[in-house]
Amino acid sequence: MARAVTTRTKIGYTIAAWAVALVIFFPILYTIITSLKTEQEAISGFSLIPSFSTQSFSDVQSQNNYWRPFTNSVILAVGSTLLALVVAIPAAWAMAFSPTKRTKDILMWMLSTKMMPAVAVLVPIYLIFLRTGLMDTRIGLTILLMLINLPIVVWMLYTYFREIPGEILEAARMDGASLRDEIIHVLTPMAVPGIASTLLLNVILAWNEAFWTIQLTTTNAAPLSAFIASFSSPQGLFWAKLSAASVMAIAPILILGWFSQKQLVRGLTFGAVK
Amino acid sequence: MNTTLRGLMGACALTALAAPALAETLTIATVNNGDMVRMQKMTAPFTEANPDIQLEWVTLEENILRERVTTDIATKGGQYDVLTIGTYEVPIWAKQGWLTPLSDLPAAYDVEDLLPAVRQALSADGQLFAAPFYAESAMVMYRTDLAEAAGVSIPENPTWADIKLAAEKMTDKDKEIYGICLRGKPGWGENMAFLTAMANSYGARWFDTDWKPQFDSPEWKEALVDYLALMQNYGPPGASSNGFNENLSLFQQGKCGMWIDATVAASFVTDPTDSTVADQVGFAQFPNKEGVENHGNWLWAWSLAIPATSQKQEAAKKFVAWATSKDYTAQVAAAEGWRAAPPGTRVSLYENPEYQAAAPFAAMTLAAIDAANTQKSSVQDIPYTGGQFVAIPEFQGIGTAVGQQFSAALAGRMTAEAALAAVQTSVTRDMTRARYIK
Repeated sequence: MARAVTTRTKIGYTIAAWAVALVIFFPILYTIITSLKTEQEAISGFSLIPSFSTQSFSDVQSQNNYWRPFTNSVILAVGSTLLALVVAIPAAWAMAFSPTKRTKDILMWMLSTKMMPAVAVLVPIYLIFLRTGLMDTRIGLTILLMLINLPIVVWMLYTYFREIPGEILEAARMDGASLRDEIIHVLTPMAVPGIASTLLLNVILAWNEAFWTIQLTTTNAAPLSAFIASFSSPQGLFWAKLSAASVMAIAPILILGWFSQKQLVRGLTFGAVK
Repeated sequence: MNTTLRGLMGACALTALAAPALAETLTIATVNNGDMVRMQKMTAPFTEANPDIQLEWVTLEENILRERVTTDIATKGGQYDVLTIGTYEVPIWAKQGWLTPLSDLPAAYDVEDLLPAVRQALSADGQLFAAPFYAESAMVMYRTDLAEAAGVSIPENPTWADIKLAAEKMTDKDKEIYGICLRGKPGWGENMAFLTAMANSYGARWFDTDWKPQFDSPEWKEALVDYLALMQNYGPPGASSNGFNENLSLFQQGKCGMWIDATVAASFVTDPTDSTVADQVGFAQFPNKEGVENHGNWLWAWSLAIPATSQKQEAAKKFVAWATSKDYTAQVAAAEGWRAAPPGTRVSLYENPEYQAAAPFAAMTLAAIDAANTQKSSVQDIPYTGGQFVAIPEFQGIGTAVGQQFSAALAGRMTAEAALAAVQTSVTRDMTRARYIK
């Protein structure tokens, strides 16, 4: 009897989980379906069955070369993430293992920078980029994306590092490890799941960033977010083309997420259950 | 001698090195619509004739483009050399000194050939600030077969009473045929473009000469009440989220008896590859209310302008003159037929018999554009210019806020009276804050 209830509960949970997953995934699914429709079908109401037309994809490619923004997206996402890790690992190490009275305040202050709407600092940042010649350059955007995501990276790493017993680091120090050795050879290998999930999440955030990447680029450094934005049209049908462009833009990150989901989930729930 | 020779050789080498360095890259900001996309594919004659000029395109969504370009010009960024902007921006930006006047265009450009209404809308203080790429007014597009079956005829200059009668007769909701399709999606360039033109044709105005909003006037009330009645009785379901594209699709699928919208739609609804009703479309002027001599005054022209901040003024001017020239029109016609020629900008296009034969909507489009007066869009006295919009920088925000209330009224969430009262209050507050109302 008890077993039957368990099975039933299990089935219930499974169905609920799938339902929630479907609801969350549905917009992406519908984008994919729409990208396989003709423009006429796309606008003529809700339908889950496309005519499997690949016209939109070829239209998108002929109208706007995909590979240039794609390359930019890869450089910006990977570059800003690596740069963020280089800065954030020492910062998180310091806060996790040598906390001071103000550590919590600093963490809060870092996070608070994320609470301000981006548009509030658009003009100053725009001017800085202009004056320093960083406008429409990959290096400028890489630095900016790194700074934008830094608070989250520091917070995540700080949480993971706190799970690592300080005694291990102490032991390493007793054995004569320098500070550099301690961070690179002792701390980092132990925090690999945490670092990996931080890395993945940050790549996703940087890939999807659509405010600054559109505002601060014209042609040279424009990534896929700007590529998508170019397909909306006030007069003329564009839904299928827009969907095709979106599918092309999210496909790489979706595939990356799919293959690394184990790492991601492990990292995100790391230390959640004690 | 030897030294001279060496010197000459050196100079030659330097010139050879300098030549590619002189090649200029023009960055052109544009919007995604059929005519602009076509232009990007047809630039070969220009780049062949001007090997020292390279073209880079930045295509953006209309509102993002406006935002990007505004930031860039206001901060003197100089990121763009050519801008695609409309009749709303040109007078405002020209007054700010943001645009380079197009005074010394080559003689072959033939400025006099531009349609007077369009030229006027793109000028400030008698000076042309943008070259029109294509222009549109608004008109009635209707199904000749449905009108015939319903026993109604739509005159060339219909009144709103004619439209109401025709909508009533053509509606057959069981067959999913709706007498009239109009914009309902909120936005200053969406439902408010239509409703401002409709209000103009009812004799209404946005502001009196002291910039006081006039939504409490009988003209606005009558216009809005009639709009809601038309749409609620004879319009398609869910009309409060329909914009240009949605109505275009409905019309092409044969679900609308009439559609009153931008003249540029005429080439889409008569295109047999996309439209199921291509052979059965008739055209008429934008309606007016009996006794009010005003056909809405809708005028929009996507135009090319050069920001004052561009470092490549001469090259940019060359490009603008080429892209909006008669030669370009002829080039499009040769490649894709006369129907595809960018409409609404030049007298010569409408005098061309080949164009007249290929575009059944040509005469009506020209009549609509000619009739548009953007300098005085209402029969009453007004302090502003602009046709289906008010040419002040605040209009984007104000127009969209008003559009949201009217869209809510269309969705049945409030009455016409409540919507008008709400916008009268909010627009008065906004205009006071912006110091128009002293």
